[in-house]
Amino acid sequence: MSTGRAGWEEGYTPTRPGIRRPAPSNGRTSAERLVLRESGRLGHLVPMEATKDIVRLRVNGDRHEVGVPTHYTLLETLRYALGLTGSKQGCDKGDCGACTVLVDGAPTLSCITPVWEAAGAEIRTVEGLATAEGPHPLQDAFDLKGAAQCGFCTPGILCSAAALLDWNRAPTREEIREALSGNLCRCTGYAKIYDAVEVAAARLRGEEPNDSTGGSEP
Amino acid sequence: MIKPSDNRKSDLKLIGRPMRKVEGLDKSTGRAVYTDDIVLPGMLHGKILRSPHPHARIVSIDTSEAEALEGVHAVVTGRDMATAYGIIPWTPDEYPLCTDRVRYIGDGVAAVAAVDEDTAIRALDLIRVEYEELPAFHDPFAALEADGSIPYIHDAKKEGWNGNVTKKVKLEFGEVDAGLDEADVVVEGEYFFEGTTHAPIEPHCAIGLYEGNGKLTVWSATQVPHYLHRELSRVLEVDPAKVRVIQPLVGGAFGGKSEPFDLEFCVGKLAMMTGRPVKILYTREEVFYSHRGRHPFHMKYRTGATADGLLTSVDAKILLDGGAYASFGLVTTYYSGQLLCAPYQMPAYRFDSTRVYTNKPACGPKRGHGSVQPRFAFEVQIDKLAERVGIDPIEFRRRNFIGSNTRTVNELRVTSNGFLECMASVERASGWADKFRKMPFGKGIGIAGSTYISGTNYPIYPNEMPQSGVQMQIDRSGRVAVFSGASEIGQGCDSVVAYIAAEELGVPLDHVRVMRGDTDFTPVDLGAYSSRVTFMLGNAAIDAARKLRRLIQEAVAEAWEVKPGEVLLAGGRAYWAPDTERQLPIREAFNLAEAKFGTLGATGSYNTPKDVHGEYRGGTIGASPAYSFTAHVAEVDVDVETGIIDVKKIWVAHDCGRALNPVLVEGQMEGSAYMGFAEALMEEQIFKDADHGRAGLHNAPSLLDYRIPTSLDTPELESLIVESIDPEGPYGAKEAGEGPLHPSIPAIANAIYDAIGIRMDRLPFSPPRVWRAVEAAREAGTLTKPAAPQHAAVPGAVP
Repeated sequence: MSTGRAGWEEGYTPTRPGIRRPAPSNGRTSAERLVLRESGRLGHLVPMEATKDIVRLRVNGDRHEVGVPTHYTLLETLRYALGLTGSKQGCDKGDCGACTVLVDGAPTLSCITPVWEAAGAEIRTVEGLATAEGPHPLQDAFDLKGAAQCGFCTPGILCSAAALLDWNRAPTREEIREALSGNLCRCTGYAKIYDAVEVAAARLRGEEPNDSTGGSEP
Repeated sequence: MIKPSDNRKSDLKLIGRPMRKVEGLDKSTGRAVYTDDIVLPGMLHGKILRSPHPHARIVSIDTSEAEALEGVHAVVTGRDMATAYGIIPWTPDEYPLCTDRVRYIGDGVAAVAAVDEDTAIRALDLIRVEYEELPAFHDPFAALEADGSIPYIHDAKKEGWNGNVTKKVKLEFGEVDAGLDEADVVVEGEYFFEGTTHAPIEPHCAIGLYEGNGKLTVWSATQVPHYLHRELSRVLEVDPAKVRVIQPLVGGAFGGKSEPFDLEFCVGKLAMMTGRPVKILYTREEVFYSHRGRHPFHMKYRTGATADGLLTSVDAKILLDGGAYASFGLVTTYYSGQLLCAPYQMPAYRFDSTRVYTNKPACGPKRGHGSVQPRFAFEVQIDKLAERVGIDPIEFRRRNFIGSNTRTVNELRVTSNGFLECMASVERASGWADKFRKMPFGKGIGIAGSTYISGTNYPIYPNEMPQSGVQMQIDRSGRVAVFSGASEIGQGCDSVVAYIAAEELGVPLDHVRVMRGDTDFTPVDLGAYSSRVTFMLGNAAIDAARKLRRLIQEAVAEAWEVKPGEVLLAGGRAYWAPDTERQLPIREAFNLAEAKFGTLGATGSYNTPKDVHGEYRGGTIGASPAYSFTAHVAEVDVDVETGIIDVKKIWVAHDCGRALNPVLVEGQMEGSAYMGFAEALMEEQIFKDADHGRAGLHNAPSLLDYRIPTSLDTPELESLIVESIDPEGPYGAKEAGEGPLHPSIPAIANAIYDAIGIRMDRLPFSPPRVWRAVEAAREAGTLTKPAAPQHAAVPGAVP
């Protein structure tokens, strides 16, 4: 019958390379709110009294001072306090990678990073990948190759991929798979995402991959 | 209606080429707006209190303390919205919030709107609900056999049924018993398909806004804005003309957002009570409990064939575990049988399907609704039959090919059919002839085929109106605006209408604007389900665009003093066909037309054929304007020491009619094959029993523990597009979003058999389950590579 655990062995602990998980913190995070309790509060524990405090952040080159509840995560701060809604919340506990941002260049799960831990760091989100010259080669390649279907995992995947290409301009497909293994995509089967990362890598190496998918072409 | 002659490839300029999506760059730059990205001035945050019991009567609910908490603006319970609803009009059996009974752990009982999320969560804790617990049904067989000594989950739907039965369907075509008697071989099999869920990365989210003038607006991550519009109006008692549903971009759905959910009614009601906008965002745990995913199926098949490998008869008995509510279950019960009758000729077929309620989250439609489970069982049955008669399984399938322009045994009309080409493609690409039964023990290869609908001929609620509509408008700048009510859930339907407008009106693709997903200004499209969108929306878009094209041709022809049919629109210009040196920019052509005819706009619509279905009760269910076909070959390595199956590669060939944009079609094929692979090896929506925690509690309501594949888990996928050019599809197109999921699972099962000689008839093929099967086979001395068939396939043969 469909009860019990017919699947993986008890105690199996999958690891997700690629994205940095912050060390457990005393600060409250969304992750701690996810318990079904006998009293029937599915999906959330009762929070502590929320008091606000000012946090100073550097995001995409800009300095911000913003008042947020003390339990806010970096993701909540970006989305709900700074209006940077590109980074997404998919699972609220560090499982899916949709919230991945770059903290001092390292892909980091912003939904389980207490905002305090990011104070003073250089934070880069999907909104900060583009420059005045135009979209980041990865962003253009994702569009070109159809690597974003619903697009919800895309900002996190772009941040993981950008970090990969920062240190490796010629990644193998195996290295790309490894680097993106902390970001779940539910639409693509990942195939088009690998294609896009390879196209972007080639462009960053100064090679122009041969492809005819033009935007403005009739 | 599109005529067959319109589907010639030589005429096409853009269609069929790789193109970008209209919202592609928005999605890769973070600009794309999803529901939770929207913040309205003065917005409150809502939360829903959920049942901790799988089955209980609600004795009382006391909300007074919660209401008294500072920052709480409203509390709502089931009695405030006591109108039953259900996506299928014949089975309305749920309420936005439970009125007197909870039927699964996670059923909603009350909702609050507060100044912020923290206050809303605190308020939930102050709501006192008194329950009287009832015995719960966790097992579908127990639910079916219940005698009424403990309360059924619902009232009986029909006299003679117990109250745990949603639907029974028994249909028989041809002489089933005689066909089994005459068969040279009969294979009997019992199969179990575990439930799985959609797990879109975006959690459900909705925002309600109620204006002083009585107008209600709901933003929602839904894939059926039109049905949501209807149900909001009915349940909240607001004139449909005053209800507006806005669908921002949807972050994945897969069938999991294809009916109204509690949060949409709650934000509407709470907004009406408070006069403030209210947002509710599900936690991931709530997404798992809201479910509506793949039904667990218990299936028995008897299948007969002649010694030459021709099917004689198919007999199926299926029990569907439906969970707490009907959802789409009436349709699922029919689909469990109706969609099996192609691509193979069946002289006789019977299915006997019953869907029962259990005290678990409701099941509904997931990609390949109702037909993925029987397809798994049946394609394994075919593999078993082929082996029994000593014929290569590809050859066996070829011999039973149903053909094109024909009727199935259950009287579905099949038009274009590229199934043989699909099989030939995967056979060739996979190197089948050198691998099947020829690789060493532990390595295997398997094949499976399938068919799926391109939409349904009959809408969910009976009506004569079009299934899809599009409006187009041309302005003096040379721009085309397309108003589309279709649901962009990542599959690319907004782009499809843009491609069609550009193709027909000769403008560059980036001169097309798609205005989308707002019931206030987009024509009705019934939603993103049953693989209907490209076929129906595409035809509606062609209809609208061609009306405009004729006006432009006429105006230019008049200016040039030539025949309208000689004016071509392409590449941002209008040309005179006999001498293409004569041309003018498309903007000037549009201006000539506007001068002649006034402001330029047109509507287009598509409705399905209503005269092609079986004349029996249920004969309309499964009737589609066109059917897609798919074949997969999967190659696996089985580690018999650990039970771990490594799927090396899946070759996916799919007959999509015509690939309007091959990039998007491949994306659908790869995503489908990935999702099928995941169901084969990893995913299961299962619930704890009393021995492993609280009975009815979800086993793993997180994206870590409900194991969806990462990039490292997912096998290599190769898509092979087959184009049969359907006579009625837009430019010949059919569906690509759901069909390519079906064969993944049986192809893997058949590959496991080729590798180690073990039939895995229960899903998922998880390491412990495979390991136990290996140990049993080792003990029985049957752990060995199966023998090669006497009759090999003729490579690439298309009779």
